[in-house]
Amino acid sequence: MQKTWNNKAWFMVLPVLVLVAFSAVIPLMTVVNYSVQDTFGNNAFFWAGTDWFTDVLQSDRFWDALQRNLLFSGIILAIEIPLGILIALNMPKKGLGVPVCLVLMALPLLIPWNVVGTIWQVFGRVDIGLLGYTMAALGIQYNYVNNVFDAWVTLIVMDIWHWTSLVVLLCYAGLASIPDAYYQAAKIDGASRWAVFRYIQLPKMKRVLLIAFLLRFMDSFMIYTEPFVITGGGPGNATTFLSIDLVKTAIGQFDLGPAAALSLIYFLIILLLSWIFYTVMTNSDAQT
Amino acid sequence: MLELKNITKVVGADTHIHPTNLVLERGSLNVLLGPTLSGKTSLMRLMAGLDKPTTGSVHFDGKDVTGMRVQDRSVAMVYQQFINYPAMTVYENIASPMRISGKDKATIDREVRKAAELMKLTPFLERTPLNLSGGQQQRTALARAIVKNASLVLLDEPLANLDYKLREELREELPKLFAASGSIFVYATTEPGEALLLGGSTAALNQGRISQFGTTIDIYRRPTDLVTARTFADPPLNTIDLIKSGAGFQRDGVTVLPVPAHLASMADGPCTVAFHPHHLSLTRPHETSATLPAKIIIAEIAGSESFIHVDSAGSRWVMLEHGIHDIEPDTAVELFVDTRHLMVFGSDGRAIGGSADGHSARGA
Repeated sequence: MQKTWNNKAWFMVLPVLVLVAFSAVIPLMTVVNYSVQDTFGNNAFFWAGTDWFTDVLQSDRFWDALQRNLLFSGIILAIEIPLGILIALNMPKKGLGVPVCLVLMALPLLIPWNVVGTIWQVFGRVDIGLLGYTMAALGIQYNYVNNVFDAWVTLIVMDIWHWTSLVVLLCYAGLASIPDAYYQAAKIDGASRWAVFRYIQLPKMKRVLLIAFLLRFMDSFMIYTEPFVITGGGPGNATTFLSIDLVKTAIGQFDLGPAAALSLIYFLIILLLSWIFYTVMTNSDAQT
Repeated sequence: MLELKNITKVVGADTHIHPTNLVLERGSLNVLLGPTLSGKTSLMRLMAGLDKPTTGSVHFDGKDVTGMRVQDRSVAMVYQQFINYPAMTVYENIASPMRISGKDKATIDREVRKAAELMKLTPFLERTPLNLSGGQQQRTALARAIVKNASLVLLDEPLANLDYKLREELREELPKLFAASGSIFVYATTEPGEALLLGGSTAALNQGRISQFGTTIDIYRRPTDLVTARTFADPPLNTIDLIKSGAGFQRDGVTVLPVPAHLASMADGPCTVAFHPHHLSLTRPHETSATLPAKIIIAEIAGSESFIHVDSAGSRWVMLEHGIHDIEPDTAVELFVDTRHLMVFGSDGRAIGGSADGHSARGA
């Protein structure tokens, strides 16, 4: 029997291919194109090879920003994941409290990034902001504009306020999927509250926690809008994350080559770290 | 001895358990038989102490344990879902109840290995439950219940999620496993066949009421009311509403079925006549059998048996026949009812007379 070729299939996937090409492949290739060339204007490009990559990787600016990113993501994950679990564990399981809590939890997630930034920017101002003014009135030194520590605290508290909800909602969904019989069985065994958490709830939440962890890592590692609105990368370079550095290079200085190289390196770092986290976490899943 | 004294369970506006009295002896095997939502699980939760009865009291060996927490009682429970600690190995799962009760290491190890051997889990002790088949997972849960050595063992449809072969295997082993312990064994099921195979005593449960409690085979043969008879029939019980008049059960003055000897003394009047599907036949089982004209609705062939749905005297009945009977729908046939096994219920649903003794029921 002769094999029949169905060319209709190609026709069906064509829209997706075109869409992906325009939204991902072509922009990415443009960046790759810039990263290996130099230009002096006039649309004249010269081959630069791996020069820009070497430049970026040898600059202190890059390593400093990367460290800030890693520190920020580390702090965010260390606080948001346990806090999210804790809140999810204490959310009501039935009754009117469920929709009320869910809506309250979802609210911060519905606010656009730059609005969140603006809210906290105003909130923390020493002259008119509720938080900044109160702190000043209480005699506590707080000024995110010129104090590095205060700037970091503001960004971290803001991110916790904005994104812990995501962890809570994911964990809550994970908890809701545990059949009641598990809790009954634990009760009959006389298992402690801690044992129930450690041996039933935590293992059952593992999958959603992995997703929460990855999402929060990727998102916090790519943070841009909020520090841009609140601190603009300052004081000094104290909150200049890779993303802010990238925009400064690309748009501020219009150094397309180094900016393209930096964005590719940035992208590969996120990809690599996410892959490592995923592999480590799913491996430990298979072992236990 | 577990005694439920006049207990009820009301949740909001719903009455889950109507006033119930039940006495279960030590070392006994008790089946709670009833359809889904009949209150089997509610009753078990009350027995275990997971729920507190709204009214009434629960006594264990004469002691009132109504308000006592479940972890302070000696209870083990196995569920329809396979409930084990997901992150622990099979060994740790089986050991968990003993660890909580603070047994020493050597005892735990000995008991775990004994239970694992009994439940054929020895090769899987180092695996986690999710890497086991459904049957092995449920065996793990059962092993946990065994090592607990509880005085009350509650099994809530433990075999419902297993495949047929495993079910038969475990069903055979289960009563033996717990029989030696001298504990009270309660087994909830929706299947009359399972109750009959387990034997022991049965409480027929319907809409939160125990309609009858007694020896399993006794309840099957002599249900005291129509609800129990219906609960304890699979395939469904065949019924027809008739009026007893003299020597015949009549409708519109025409005799549909003759009154058999064991019911000769019953008073005239309206009643419901019932009989099991295997007491309806295409061939004459006994010289006293009654003959009825009928029309075939559909014949379902289930391996060596056929379930034949028929329309007779305006009622839809099921007939269980051995062998393969591939009969076309709408075929007119002659049916035989083994009147020796007729059950008759009054208009209040109470049984009148009962099926004649000495004739054993054919199969389940």
